[in-house]
Amino acid sequence: MKTEKKGFFERPAVQTISASLLCIVAGLLVGYIVLLMINPAGATNAIITLLKNYLTYPSFPAKMKYLGNTLVKTAPLLMCALSIQFCYKTGLFNIGAAGQYVAGAGACLFCALKLHLPWFVCLPMAALAGALLGCIVGFLKAYANVNEVISGIMLNWIGLYTVNMSLTGVKETASPYTVTLASENPSALLPTLGLEKLFANNSYVTIAIPLSVIAAILIWVVLTKTVFGYELQATGFNKDAARYSGMKEKRNIILTLVIGGALAGLGAAFFYLTGYEQWSVTQSSVPGMGFNGIAATFLGGLHPIGTIFSSYFIQHITSGGSFLDKNVYPSQISDLISSVIIYLCGFVLFFKMFLNKKRNTKKGGDEK
Amino acid sequence: MSLLIQYTLIFASVLMLVALGGCFSEHSGVINLGLEGIMVMGALGGALAMKAMGETSPVLIIVGTVLISSLSGVIYSMLLAVASINFSADQTLIGTAMNMLAAAAATVAVKSINIAENPDNVSSTVVYGAAKKSLVINIGSFQLSWLTIVAVILLAVSYVVLYKTRFGLRLMACGEHPQAADSVGINVAKMRWAGVLISGFLGGLGGITYITAGVSEWKFETGVAGFGFLALAVMIFGQWKPQNIALAALLFGFFRALSNVYSGFDFLAAMNIPGSVYNMMPYIISLLVLAFTSKKSRAPKAEGIPYDKSVR
Repeated sequence: MKTEKKGFFERPAVQTISASLLCIVAGLLVGYIVLLMINPAGATNAIITLLKNYLTYPSFPAKMKYLGNTLVKTAPLLMCALSIQFCYKTGLFNIGAAGQYVAGAGACLFCALKLHLPWFVCLPMAALAGALLGCIVGFLKAYANVNEVISGIMLNWIGLYTVNMSLTGVKETASPYTVTLASENPSALLPTLGLEKLFANNSYVTIAIPLSVIAAILIWVVLTKTVFGYELQATGFNKDAARYSGMKEKRNIILTLVIGGALAGLGAAFFYLTGYEQWSVTQSSVPGMGFNGIAATFLGGLHPIGTIFSSYFIQHITSGGSFLDKNVYPSQISDLISSVIIYLCGFVLFFKMFLNKKRNTKKGGDEK
Repeated sequence: MSLLIQYTLIFASVLMLVALGGCFSEHSGVINLGLEGIMVMGALGGALAMKAMGETSPVLIIVGTVLISSLSGVIYSMLLAVASINFSADQTLIGTAMNMLAAAAATVAVKSINIAENPDNVSSTVVYGAAKKSLVINIGSFQLSWLTIVAVILLAVSYVVLYKTRFGLRLMACGEHPQAADSVGINVAKMRWAGVLISGFLGGLGGITYITAGVSEWKFETGVAGFGFLALAVMIFGQWKPQNIALAALLFGFFRALSNVYSGFDFLAAMNIPGSVYNMMPYIISLLVLAFTSKKSRAPKAEGIPYDKSVR
């Protein structure tokens, strides 16, 4: 029977979305329980504040302005998520995205503040820096069999210290932060193309946001509609089979990580070239953007388009965390929720298998 | 010089404990990338226990700290065991989630405790200076940690358990060829649970050793700075063998110690190399070491693959 009708819960898309929603609900539930444990009186209000994020503001312009801020941070998160996702399709776990993001931030700020280059030069330099780190991981994986997770983590730290060192020359004299783009080199700020008017003149809203969405669509096209994308996915399914059928699996591994690195590097430029935040040259931990990208990519069902929405959601609750009353609840509660969500995403495969198994046994029974 | 040896010993103990933990887990067939998170949890448990105990008898403090931190590690490692053994989850994903969860949960826990004590204290720092004194043996100006002694004992125990007992050999069989192990009546799931829980025990102990190395308070927002992953590099360099792991840990511990004490050496200080370079050193060394040793890897053959009875 060719035109066998599939039940609602048998469609892969429905399964993926319902699994993601289930993860979100369970993650929020855990967050709520933790809030209850800390202080039961305000817990319900706190979780609502967290979910409302910018909607807590009464006036419409304020809402739009802070929606803008959340979107400004969603763009780099989406890029990191895409980086991890692209590599995951080739069977590589690019935890080094966090370091590639750091390298991108270092490169674009160095070009902007030290060399006074305009934004359209800073962007590709950031991509290049990220790609370089990705290339090292890929090379080590392809030719020396080094686990990409361990080399990625090592490079995260090497990248962080290198960037801190190279940006020390352009920091403010009285603080550990780099000088602002607006004062040192306004030509490096990303153009807004009038987008800021939609968000109550929030000048941090730039072309970075539409560009990141375009990147997601592009990744989707590359993965599903091109020979290259097909080869990458084939390499991910079975490295040996891919080599057997004439694909250059070593080249594909390196290329994947180069592209992944470039995506994460670009993500950093999408954020730091808006002038929203300055880099602190004394920071001793790798920015969480790359790690949150892991949450976004798995929550998005490993689909580029789904990732757009999941990135927004992860950033929404992360930003929402900062609205909590700091003298009662720590804002890291949103990190806690995202990490619980990632943990639960590990069970998604089992969940799907369970749904499909139930269906198969039911069918088998009908035939008899 | 004695300071360098002191720090080398303590950091080597950390790396050795955690790498041995990874070793047990991987020999049973489960890749434990959550060691970093397990360390954080062990450190959290131990630090809170030390803070609560304050100044009492040294024996009580040593035993209490060791027990509570290793127990925290064991409990936290159950998250990995359940997901990867009973639900066949992706071990890389689960390990990463555990690392992030530990950092977030520890920060939330410490901050809430601090806020409950004093609403104006929103830091994520635990102070345990009073109890920490009992963990140190002073030999002149040289300080030896009791935890280093515990680590050396556990090294010997690990060697014996892994190679000289029925349990250890069965554990390794589950990591090499679980189907064969199952066919002779070994319960693979049970063995893997044991492997992961032992790694939780050792990882938790490594965590408390790390945060008591030289400092008497810890800011939990910073986690353990990739030490869990350095330990995995040590494990690979040590080719999954306890005796080699101990030597590898000494080498890595030396480079990590150097970043703490380089300014005390005249010729190193005179070279005027920025501190960041020394901070990077352990990571660079491990990357190089991995590049040269991973090719002829003696990794357990079935590690990372969920056991499926129906597969030949």
